[in-house]
Amino acid sequence: MKKLADIKGIKKWVALLLTYAVVQLLVSLNIINDYIMATLTTICINIILAVSLNLITGFTGQFSLGHAGFMSIGAYTCAIIIMRYPSPVSFITGLFLGAIFAALLGFIVGLPTLRLRGDYLAIATLGMAEIIRIVFLNLDITNGAAGLFIEVQYTNWLWLFIFTTGTVILITNFINSSHGRACISIREDEIAAEAMGINTTKYKVIAFIIGAFCAGIAGALYASYFYFIKPDLFGFLKSIDILVIVVLGGLGSISGSILAAFLLALISSLLQSFPEIRMVIYAVLLIVIMLFRPQGIMGSKELSLSAFKSLGGIFERRNGGER
Amino acid sequence: MEQFLQQIVNGISLGSIYALIALGYTMVYGIIKLINFAHGDIYMLGAYIGYFCMTHFHLGVIPSLLIAMAICTLLGVIIERIAYKPLRNATRIAVLITAIGVSLFLEYGTMFFVTANVRSYPPLKGILTQSFKLGNIVITAQQILIVCITVILMVFLQFIVKYTRIGKAMRAVSLDRDAAELMGINVDNTISFTFALGSALAGAAGILVGIYYNSINPLMGILPGLKAFVAAVFGGIGIIPGAMIGGYFIGTVEVMVAGYGNSMFKDAVVFAILILILIVKPSGLLGKETKEKV
Repeated sequence: MKKLADIKGIKKWVALLLTYAVVQLLVSLNIINDYIMATLTTICINIILAVSLNLITGFTGQFSLGHAGFMSIGAYTCAIIIMRYPSPVSFITGLFLGAIFAALLGFIVGLPTLRLRGDYLAIATLGMAEIIRIVFLNLDITNGAAGLFIEVQYTNWLWLFIFTTGTVILITNFINSSHGRACISIREDEIAAEAMGINTTKYKVIAFIIGAFCAGIAGALYASYFYFIKPDLFGFLKSIDILVIVVLGGLGSISGSILAAFLLALISSLLQSFPEIRMVIYAVLLIVIMLFRPQGIMGSKELSLSAFKSLGGIFERRNGGER
Repeated sequence: MEQFLQQIVNGISLGSIYALIALGYTMVYGIIKLINFAHGDIYMLGAYIGYFCMTHFHLGVIPSLLIAMAICTLLGVIIERIAYKPLRNATRIAVLITAIGVSLFLEYGTMFFVTANVRSYPPLKGILTQSFKLGNIVITAQQILIVCITVILMVFLQFIVKYTRIGKAMRAVSLDRDAAELMGINVDNTISFTFALGSALAGAAGILVGIYYNSINPLMGILPGLKAFVAAVFGGIGIIPGAMIGGYFIGTVEVMVAGYGNSMFKDAVVFAILILILIVKPSGLLGKETKEKV
């Protein structure tokens, strides 16, 4: 059994490295041009954001509407550091510092507010993100509403790949650990979880901190790729965007979040040629998807090779309802 | 002292508008436990309908107000029927995402038809341009109009909720939906009626804000919507008098912060109040602690 797991693990690593190498090759051959690379960067950043929010909302069941706030902390910290000391080392330092600041804030905000349930928590996190935005609007170091221009670009495919897969692996492993199981039990029934001796506040705060940390990383990657950040980029709408990816993919499904990040990027690049009605179509799609598939694309299931196999089996036997 | 009283007057006018929007939030939340994010956009549509009534059809303030309220009522009911009713038994988060979708649809749909430009309300005529002086405190006729209309609407709302059959049904459904259904109350109609009432009030708030601030745009509903929600939470969500108190409180605080402190931070203060109240007393000012049963 252990051997089988090893082979599976090796297969996974090979597949990952292959993905990296292929894209890197395409980049160096210039088949992936700047436009595709920008889309790819957006997708990777959205995957990090969505997967980390999924840990908070999908797995732990804590409804957060302030994820963009954590992202902005990472973005601004990293941007300020690389503007002062432009070097790859300071980019990585800034990235981790930003993530740590975001996690710290997650801890400070999470500790009192995570006692709240459901909608109240959503509103409190929304309020927190708005406060962060307004503070950034008024600070001198962040250059207020005009925003910051970052002259150098450090985010490249290598870093994107490392941090995106890193986040996904970190969160998948967390969920499959006993801590992660505790988080899921809180989602299923908080009172029952507490009765089983799970320290619910502790696990909620842990999930919140990990989510905030990853959002900080995503923000830092964003800042050092797109050259320009301003507080309004990280407003209410950005938090909603992230939540939409999570819900569209399915709450509690990491592969769903990844799938939805790709799908939404595809939709938004298809709609690029109709700028006036882009948002209208996006809104209608959102409503229609929620009306007809409220559990999202994947529900709480994960996409895996064995799922494909069993799907194939269903088609062969033509009795889909049995499994 | 005079400046303080002047700020109070301004705060009450702004608070009236927040209170009107907050009432819609609180009623809808009370009855189906949904944060209706599209509510702020109904308010925006009310402002636009009022604008077109006044500029294109040259109607007075009161007829425009009534038309805006009527159309918003209709919109509220249609939105409820199309977007929320099919999700009655879905998870809360699915309904919330739908509400956000409706909100985006209204914002960008409006933007598509009327462009994103800021429009200004036509200048008022006659008595509405005047202002009155009490000592050194200036009270404009617009402020009096806003407060009067708000008070009339609130009294009317209280009458409906307290003394009519449908009001009784609303209270019953918000208390216990299943029990109300067993007692023969048509729950769907009652929920639609709640949306109708809330939307009418939001439409009225929209046109009043157009008169007061004189400029409207398709995204104007987002921030007042959120602040009105804060007001509703402050007073205790689901409680009608709570929304009124919360609206006036938030309006006054905002004007005070802008007047005495830094106007850039006025929104931050509102959200800080929200977080504080949620930590100290999550059920709001007038709310009662409810024990969760297993």
